Amino acid sequence: MVTQIMSDTDHDDAGTTAARGADGDVLRVTGLTVEYVTDGDPVRACADVTFTLRRGEILGVAGESGSGKSTLITALTRLQRPPAVTTAGSIVFQPRDGGAAVDLVTASPRALRALRWTSLSIVLQSAMDALNPVMRLGAQFADALRTHDRSLGNDAAWARAAELLATVGISGDRARSYPHELSGGMRQRASIALALACGPELVVMDEPTTAVDVVMQRQILAQVLRLRRTLGFAVVFVTHDLSLLLELADRIAIMYAGRIVELGTASELYDDPRHPYTRGLRDSFPPLRAPLRRLTGIPGTPPDLRRPPSGCPFHPRCAARFEGCDTHLPELVTKGGHAVACRLHDPTQRPQPAPGTSTGGAR
Amino acid sequence: MTATTVPAPSAPGAPAPDTPVLEAVDVTKHFEVRSAVGARSVVRAVEGATLALHRGRVVALVGESGSGKTTLARLLAGFYAPTSGEIALEGVTVRQRRGRVERGYHKDVQIVFQDPFGSLNPLHRVRHNLERPLKLHHGVRGRAELDRRVRELLERVALTPTEQFVDKFPHELSGGQRQRVVIARALAVEPKVLLGDEPISMLDVSIRLEMLNLLDRLRTEDGLALLYITHDIASARYLCDDIVVMYAGEMVEGGPKEQVIADPQHPYTRLLVESSPDPGRGARDRAALFDADADGLGEPPSLIDPPSGCRFHPRCPFAMDVCRTQAPPRTDLGDGRWARCWLHQKTQENE
Repeated sequence: MVTQIMSDTDHDDAGTTAARGADGDVLRVTGLTVEYVTDGDPVRACADVTFTLRRGEILGVAGESGSGKSTLITALTRLQRPPAVTTAGSIVFQPRDGGAAVDLVTASPRALRALRWTSLSIVLQSAMDALNPVMRLGAQFADALRTHDRSLGNDAAWARAAELLATVGISGDRARSYPHELSGGMRQRASIALALACGPELVVMDEPTTAVDVVMQRQILAQVLRLRRTLGFAVVFVTHDLSLLLELADRIAIMYAGRIVELGTASELYDDPRHPYTRGLRDSFPPLRAPLRRLTGIPGTPPDLRRPPSGCPFHPRCAARFEGCDTHLPELVTKGGHAVACRLHDPTQRPQPAPGTSTGGAR
Repeated sequence: MTATTVPAPSAPGAPAPDTPVLEAVDVTKHFEVRSAVGARSVVRAVEGATLALHRGRVVALVGESGSGKTTLARLLAGFYAPTSGEIALEGVTVRQRRGRVERGYHKDVQIVFQDPFGSLNPLHRVRHNLERPLKLHHGVRGRAELDRRVRELLERVALTPTEQFVDKFPHELSGGQRQRVVIARALAVEPKVLLGDEPISMLDVSIRLEMLNLLDRLRTEDGLALLYITHDIASARYLCDDIVVMYAGEMVEGGPKEQVIADPQHPYTRLLVESSPDPGRGARDRAALFDADADGLGEPPSLIDPPSGCRFHPRCPFAMDVCRTQAPPRTDLGDGRWARCWLHQKTQENE
């Protein structure tokens, strides 16, 4: 059953322009909460995550281990397994051809199957796990292609597989290879080609280049950008490497302890990070060319989500914290397209010394 | 080159004394492997590597996976015997008996591995993990003395208050805390050389800096000679004094870090630096970088059957005939810089 979504959604979604420009959005995530059900209290790995993804956009999601970014990915693609359960929120996918919007949280397995590959696909970190080790590459492509286009003959599917491999710089005759016969970088490129096989509108990439070297990483990303220009798909790109996202993504969401703490364009986040965590994360990457100065990183360690801190989850590590940060949970508030969840930027809550001086002095 | 005005962690240390603490001279390591059908082949993991570590200085060894960085570290740590060439500790050639060095060698040279989850005994508390080297290498006896030494070690790696950590099991610590324990254990033997094999790669981004600053402190305060192995050039630049670049088992370029990064002289170094993420890069440079035809860049070669001549020639945009047949010799470029590339050999001959 496809859940119909009224076009005039009246979600009070903090600051996204979702309600207006339904045409321009491919995905609207609202209040998404994912919990891991355990014997004790449920562990909330994603809490109240709200964002929109525009058509053809690359949205980067950056966070440390345990920030909930992988949980978010599996929830978006409905690949999550118990004990992870989506307990609240919606993920509304809007097809390009003007078809009915689908809420991926409540969609039936049948409706999901119709969406997979053709509308929504995923690239995983380890291509070796994503490809079938006992099938030739071409057969895997043909399998996906023919499942979604029953009229496609086997030979035509293999020919298409060779074409697709060529788009990521792998010669077409490698379609007869098994995955283990390819290098790590080639495997990862093949799995990207496979994800794009059925022309999806949305590709979710979970650390696709973490396991490859920097030179190969650069090649893969250049190819993704070029293919996006010709095919027009949108990307959710999850990684822990903010320095990479700053170069690659159009907009970036920073996650901390299961929440989006800041969301803005790459240049906004680099030039003017508003959340102290974003600032600390940005300053955790030594520059390659700019003059060196002593960097301190962020003191402390990421929180244990089984025992999340009260109030703002970042307050125990925050140098700019002030009275009330340990009790009040800041909401994600948008100003001019740049969203931040920090009380320093909430005029009703911030203390007398202006936020500029307190954050500026912190680093 | 960018002059650092604020004392950055890697401000040049004391001038290098003449005798390196640890030195590898023309070290080669081949591994013999057997394929599934029993055919023997030789993996040429490290070929003719020369490297010197000085007191109070950090050398970064950068390169892609499979370039031989870790093999070289393990050679220096005495885990492997070199196929040819020699390793010298304070000018004395290290001898191996039945593939092992003497225990005394490990008292001077310690190694920290990438994975802090695999390098601590999970069945023992932090205290035990730190007491073992104290007992084995220094013969420390007596509860009170052991306690004092363990407390000192934990304080040096900033695991304070120490009583919170000393009785913990490794699984109760975070990755960063574990790596600190690993470093503390290496420091327990009071080594002269610390080899770090990607010591921060598995740690969370926000705590990597603390680890780099800790390594820097060990260098400045204790005068350790450090080898920092990494694939992350930006972090190498932050910590080290000199950079050595490895490609396919060979060292291709080396020199003071700022010069090597700002003005690479080997085509591979240039490729590596340009491929590294740099958020400070301008938007236009960025577009050009991603637009550039990256398909033809190829991949590192197999070390079983490496390319003839210069091992980089199949990927090199400047490859000449001589590159395909003869391995380039090392060319000194002045100011402690050198590169192994025919391009420089040619220009020198012309002069």
